[in-house]
Amino acid sequence: MTTISSNDSLLTPREASIKAAEDVFRSQQRRLRIRRWLLPAAGILTLIFVWAALVYLFKVPPFVAPSPQLVAVTLVNKFDILMANLLPTAIEAISGFLLGNVTAIVIATVFVHKKSMEQAFFPVVVLINSIPVVAKAPILVLLLGNGMEPKIAIAALVCFFPTLVNMVRGLESINPQSLELMKVLSASKTEIFFKLRLLNSVPYLFSALKIAASTAVIGAIVGEWIGSNTGIGALIIQSTFNFDSAMLYATVFVGSVFSVSFFLVITLIERLVVRWQPITPT
Amino acid sequence: MTAPAIDCHGVSVRFMTERRTVTALEDVSFSVQSGGFTSLLGPSGCGKSTLLRVVADLVAPSEGRASVLGTTPEDARRARAFGFVFQDAALLPWRTALQNVELPLEVGGRRALPPGAATPRELMALVGLAGWENSYPHELSGGMRQRVSIARALLGGPRLLLMDEPFGALDEITRDRLNAELRRIWAETGTTILFVTHSVYEAVFLAEHVLVLSANPGRVAAWEQIDLPRDRDLSIRDTAEFVAIAARLRAHLGSVH
Ligand SMILES: Nc1ncnc2c1ncn2[C@@H]1O[C@H](COP(=O)(O)OP(=O)(O)OP(=O)(O)O)[C@@H](O)[C@H]1O
Ligand SMILES: [Mg+2]
Repeated sequence: MTTISSNDSLLTPREASIKAAEDVFRSQQRRLRIRRWLLPAAGILTLIFVWAALVYLFKVPPFVAPSPQLVAVTLVNKFDILMANLLPTAIEAISGFLLGNVTAIVIATVFVHKKSMEQAFFPVVVLINSIPVVAKAPILVLLLGNGMEPKIAIAALVCFFPTLVNMVRGLESINPQSLELMKVLSASKTEIFFKLRLLNSVPYLFSALKIAASTAVIGAIVGEWIGSNTGIGALIIQSTFNFDSAMLYATVFVGSVFSVSFFLVITLIERLVVRWQPITPT
Repeated sequence: MTAPAIDCHGVSVRFMTERRTVTALEDVSFSVQSGGFTSLLGPSGCGKSTLLRVVADLVAPSEGRASVLGTTPEDARRARAFGFVFQDAALLPWRTALQNVELPLEVGGRRALPPGAATPRELMALVGLAGWENSYPHELSGGMRQRVSIARALLGGPRLLLMDEPFGALDEITRDRLNAELRRIWAETGTTILFVTHSVYEAVFLAEHVLVLSANPGRVAAWEQIDLPRDRDLSIRDTAEFVAIAARLRAHLGSVH
């Protein structure tokens, strides 16, 4: 903006001290950012080291637990097989995620507009949700067969509940004065929904979507445990039966990386969409 | 004779809950002339907000009737004849300051600004916030947020402004400054203002008339004319006349307990 900043010799002592303070602040921020990456990385490296040391010292046989090196080698050598099995799991998890969340958003909208619907059907939803996933999975396999459909359905079911609950809360927990403002402005119910309720629910929705991103992957994997020959879940079962611990660990690793990436993508979208809240440093 | 801006006749409001029935207002009658600045003063819980909500068509009176600018509160609301300023500003956090001021143009039938009415940007300047149009509410101070909400209430040039303790949550310095600015805005726009407060000083400094309510149930305790010059600045609060009026009002407030 001004030409002064380009020439340090023209700074007054006061400006110079502000500039010095800014420089200190910026380098502190830079150090903090590096620490935020460095410390978790150090934690993970320590874990891997302890694991390697334990396997080596106690001479754990490879069919009980592999060494980290063996897992790394398996990851490289079996990369094609791992990716071929990740693909169906990813498709199931993402389809289930979309299906479950879209359904939850639609039903939450209905609940907010028709209180009687909420009173009648919310207990049903709670009831279905209280059945554990491992118990729901066989029922859905019987109903939907052996293809991708039951896995998508399970992934959708586990996403559905947290999103429904959060979405209803987001649509309903609006500032009473904002609602009165809308009434003073003679806003219609539709306008109140789109200009107030929906936008109010966005932060609530994203906190549910972040949960759903991980649970959708778990749902798909659990679905594959029952009657499936492909997918991360099937590979986990196969390598366990074969006492191939290195393959088992490599599969779990691939599944976790996918789950974490899914979560990070949702977090990124949230940052782009929800710009009105002060960004909390992570 | 034009119709009074606000005319309440025997207004009573009862709230029924499972545990008890609260009589918030009982037989309240008063009227406010067009162009006036009236303060509504009373202890906490005496029904000031309720009375303002009756006028704004947010609460229906159990008995009696209210008329606003010659019509029912409902018709006045539909005609956008009044603006309302809430205690906590009630800005939508996902909208910038300017977008918040523009909200009244987007709801309630997407109205266009009447010809000659001030634009949202002009109103931002009127409340002293030129240059802050694109800031989000969380980037503004409490006083600035309340200015935005005043600008929003003024959009479309309403003939009446209803304000429910708009400066109650602000620090004293900010409050004083906004009091002085509200007098200026009132003089510049010619809007009738009904202003709820529980501060005696604020009530006297701002208004031409003060309506004092007593608590449990809310009744009219006094209606005082404030004989102070039209051109006021904050130093008027140290004059003998001001102190005398304030003391008289405080006596009204005290006598009801
Ligand atoms: N929606 C409601 N349901 C039940 N009771 C209510 C409701 N609104 C107000 N009341 C009761 O009516 C009385 C008057 O409330 P009101 O909010 O009008 O007081 P107030 O004078 O504005 O008080 P304050 O200065 O604290 O804002 C109180 O006793 C309150 O409990
Ligand atoms: Mg109140």
